[in-house]
Amino acid sequence: MRELGKYVKKYTGRISLGVFLKLLAAGAELLIPYVLEHLIDNVAPKENIAEIVLYGFIMVVLAFAVRETNVRANRMGASVSKDCTYEIRRDLFEKSMSLSGKQTDEVGLPSLISRMTSDSYNIQNFLRAAQAMGIRAPMLLLGGIIVTFTMDTGLALILAIMAPVLIALVVFVSFKGIPLYKKVQSKVDDIVRVMRENITGIRVVKALSKEDYERNRYRRVNDDLTKTDIFASIVMSLPGPLMQLFLNGGLTLVVYVGAIRVNAGVTKPGVILAFLTYFNMVLMGVMGLNRIFMMMSRANASAGRIFSIINLPEDLVTIPESEGAKTDRQGYIIFDHVDYSYNKHEEGEKDELSGEDRQKTLYDIDFEIKKGGSLGIIGATGAGKTTIFNLLMRFYDADKGHVFVDGKDVRTFDKKKLHSMFGSVFQNDVLLTGNIKDNIVFGREADDETVMNAAEDARASVFIGKYDDNFDHEVTKLGSNLSGGQKQRVMISRALAGDPDILLLDDSSSALDYKTDSEVRKAIREKHAGTTLLVVAQRISSIMSLDEILVLDEGHVIGRGTHEELLKTCKEYKEIYETQMGDE
Amino acid sequence: MAPRQTVRVKPKDTKGTLRRILSYLGGFKYLIAIILMLCIVSNLLSLMGPSMAGKAINAASAGKGKVDFGEVKYYTVRMLIFYLTSSFLTIVISNLMIFVSLNVAKKMRNDVFEKLMLLPVGFFDKNATGDIISRVSYDIDVVSQSLASDLVAILTSMVTVVGSLTMMIRISPLLSLVELITIPLAVLYTTKMRKITQPRYSKRSKAYGDMNGYVEEMFTGQKTIIAYSYEDKVSEGFDEKNKDSADRYYDAEFYGATMGPTVNGLNNLGLGLIGMFGAVLYSLKMISLGQISSFVLYSRKFSGPINEIANVTNEIYSALSAAERVFKLLDETEEVKDTTGAKELNDIKGNVELKHVAFGYDEGRTIIHDLSFKADAGKLIAIVGPTGAGKTTIINLLMRFYDVDKGSVCVDGPDIRDYTRKSLRKAYAMVLQDTWVFNGTIFDNIAYGKEGATMDEVVKAAKAAHIHSFIMQLPKGYNTIIGEDGGNISKGQKQLLTIARAMLYDSKMLILDEATSNVDTSTERAIQSAMRELMKDKTCFVIAHRLSTIKNADLILVLKDGDVCEQGTHESLMKAGGFYYKLYHAQYE
Repeated sequence: MRELGKYVKKYTGRISLGVFLKLLAAGAELLIPYVLEHLIDNVAPKENIAEIVLYGFIMVVLAFAVRETNVRANRMGASVSKDCTYEIRRDLFEKSMSLSGKQTDEVGLPSLISRMTSDSYNIQNFLRAAQAMGIRAPMLLLGGIIVTFTMDTGLALILAIMAPVLIALVVFVSFKGIPLYKKVQSKVDDIVRVMRENITGIRVVKALSKEDYERNRYRRVNDDLTKTDIFASIVMSLPGPLMQLFLNGGLTLVVYVGAIRVNAGVTKPGVILAFLTYFNMVLMGVMGLNRIFMMMSRANASAGRIFSIINLPEDLVTIPESEGAKTDRQGYIIFDHVDYSYNKHEEGEKDELSGEDRQKTLYDIDFEIKKGGSLGIIGATGAGKTTIFNLLMRFYDADKGHVFVDGKDVRTFDKKKLHSMFGSVFQNDVLLTGNIKDNIVFGREADDETVMNAAEDARASVFIGKYDDNFDHEVTKLGSNLSGGQKQRVMISRALAGDPDILLLDDSSSALDYKTDSEVRKAIREKHAGTTLLVVAQRISSIMSLDEILVLDEGHVIGRGTHEELLKTCKEYKEIYETQMGDE
Repeated sequence: MAPRQTVRVKPKDTKGTLRRILSYLGGFKYLIAIILMLCIVSNLLSLMGPSMAGKAINAASAGKGKVDFGEVKYYTVRMLIFYLTSSFLTIVISNLMIFVSLNVAKKMRNDVFEKLMLLPVGFFDKNATGDIISRVSYDIDVVSQSLASDLVAILTSMVTVVGSLTMMIRISPLLSLVELITIPLAVLYTTKMRKITQPRYSKRSKAYGDMNGYVEEMFTGQKTIIAYSYEDKVSEGFDEKNKDSADRYYDAEFYGATMGPTVNGLNNLGLGLIGMFGAVLYSLKMISLGQISSFVLYSRKFSGPINEIANVTNEIYSALSAAERVFKLLDETEEVKDTTGAKELNDIKGNVELKHVAFGYDEGRTIIHDLSFKADAGKLIAIVGPTGAGKTTIINLLMRFYDVDKGSVCVDGPDIRDYTRKSLRKAYAMVLQDTWVFNGTIFDNIAYGKEGATMDEVVKAAKAAHIHSFIMQLPKGYNTIIGEDGGNISKGQKQLLTIARAMLYDSKMLILDEATSNVDTSTERAIQSAMRELMKDKTCFVIAHRLSTIKNADLILVLKDGDVCEQGTHESLMKAGGFYYKLYHAQYE
């Protein structure tokens, strides 16, 4: 919440004006019943119609003035909320985009997205509502009580006692209700999960004739949800009627006590009438406060989630060249005894496994590639192949050892400059909404010829040419209208279009058939001979012609050499080869 | 209060939808009748309140020492009783309504799931999962919330408006003329504001939707964006969406912000006018103070319901459209029923034959034109070809996830359409490329296909699939719960689980669709003997990218653009030097 204050502070002027207007409006509103009382008790008995009409006119004018002032203040509040949320979202987006791989992993993608969306909406709603009701509600509540005290202390006591009880009741039920609704939500999640499982697994369910089993499973969660939901809804439906009951009970009490006091001559009958109105106002104040509290607790949680991202320290800072590691090894790309572990724990954090027992992703990775050379990396899933690329492009920093590109520690590069040296296709890489050309150019300088050549080399032009609108063909969100193989070819085109110094291909041809795959490889070899090439693959055929091959197993290099060498020296490599090629 | 922001979408068939909702309520019709009656009673009781209050105030307004306490007490006690009963009834009503509506929701959710179980696989291929799920997670919720509150709300509002007006006219027809000013104002304002705000709220929703979509896409592609230093462009793009969202928000709120103050203003206006005219009449002794009091209380009840009715109408419309979406799903065509006299497929030998099969997923777009082949019992049939050649389609036809357009698929002689679907599908075991595990223990996941499987059997299958040692490393072994998203296990391990599942499942025919695509090569080697065991004595249909795995197949079908362009054994195809030959050699290049 304090963080939120920083954003709001800029608008102190507008907010103060809004507060001032709200105070004015609430004050004027509190005046209306007061005027009414005066009119009934003091003016009416005089039987002077003109004076009566004058006072009546004052009330009508007040009513309009209150409305007008409130509308203006509300609009001002909405504009502050709009501007603040805009800025918060902007900062959150920039920050989220610049998070390091490790930070993104820790928060998780769905969570990041929901912080951007539903959390920011919560803040927006709260900011607006707080300005609309934050002043008005307490003003009506306190103001109502104060004014009534000036009119008749005895009657006002009824209000003064009842208001806190009412507040307590409402707040109590609301706070009881929130966890109940959370429970309902988790039951809804259960239902959604079972449904999703059945939809994605419909073939299996049908093939194994498990429909009845699934029906029962679903029925169970459905019954559960209904029960929980009924209970929660009933609890949450109580405050409304109870509040009504209190209001009406209070009214009755005011009438009765009022009668006693009129009889005793300490109050006038018109006061009772005014009280009836004030009672309503105080009740509105209570309801308003209640809503603000509810929204505040939600907004508070949302603000916490948002600012925990915005305040994350900048990871992977570029260090000055003087502080970077030096090497006298020769090579364009050098991995110098690199260790890396994803599930590193912050210092001081306790864990069952001590540092030594914890499995690392990479152990002592050490290799160099000369400029224009090529390296293949092969190994089982989880062997750490992708991590090598992640370290090379500095999505993560090595725990031990150093990574050098062009003789310099990667940490000393300006990140944008470092990245501009690469053309890359990652595992599960994406295309973005836009046409095919945009996706290949991807914000860089590239003329049509470059794009066409890149697509030709990546064998993407084959299918692009079939579209009526060629390179202008629209790609839908994350490339969902292209097949896996088509996507991969566009991504390879994108990587080639920048004529990069270094080309990284991470399992980039898994959806291509062997023939296309080999054609693409041939084109890269011939047309991008000067590019330093790193390829991660499952298929031996994708890497066997490269200068050198690393065989990775659970983070360790267990074989290194050319294809022919490895067939002789590395048992695992030979096994993979035989399995894939079928020479048993 | 956040204004209710439902967008008014008119249902296409209001009457039909309404009728179907009513049929869901049918089981509760007596209860609902009681609820509605109680609702009227409760509101009438609460309408008596102000009148009693007025009379009590009249009795009290006599002045010092002249108050008739008998009368004051008489009316206040009544007032209290009316209010108490009314509030109590309100609670009862809302609880009953919650009970009814949530039970209707439950029934609807069950019906949707029932339906899903009966729909053909094609339905799930064509419709996005999220879309289907939102029927249950969102639409049904909208319907039930509307049922729970709107019915009662609308009745309450109507009783209140009509009742209050009647009471006011009864108290003083003259003073009621005041309402001739406030009511039309309220109605006018509400309808006008609806027209102004509705399109703005829906524009705002659209802007939000756009922004959400953009955020999701860019966050998903973050690594790529950073890798290509595309951040600035993306930020620019976001700024546009962000600004648009903010502007649309403000545009809607600019008018939305008048809602609360206006309703409140109408209340105050009513109060002022009643005060003024009331005082005039009072001074002319044409009305008593108590009557003015009653009037003030009644007029307070007014402007609320008018706005409420407009709100509720919108709610009901959106509930109807939501219900319509649910009913649309419930009306989808189900899998064709088994023909009458369909036989159980028993004592399976495993002879499969396709005769001149033609098939397309969409009408007019035939994928397979004329496919024939014979798979004799116990043989291994491999299906190869580039991506998109229609390999998976053949599997869909074999399992009768789809029906052929022309020709026939036969098992042990008869057309598979002459068997019951259940028994046909039971005849196959399968391992698919898209591994499927559900939220449950590992044991449950493996034993899924075989009811009453013992732990020993499961362990044996897991050992054969080389997943046993991994399972034992997990904190709870076979009782470890894994999720659909399988956060704790890798894709390859999931695939091994499904292989173990297939091993437990006794069948005569087996389908392996890229069954080991996610398993790393060394594990694949390790499970080779188990796979061979699994395939023994079964008619097997194998799809694989890696041609080495299928070299020893009895029959290789080479698919290209949906049709078999070559078929034969590995040797004969290699000798022929055709498409297969090219495919095979490509992997060595």
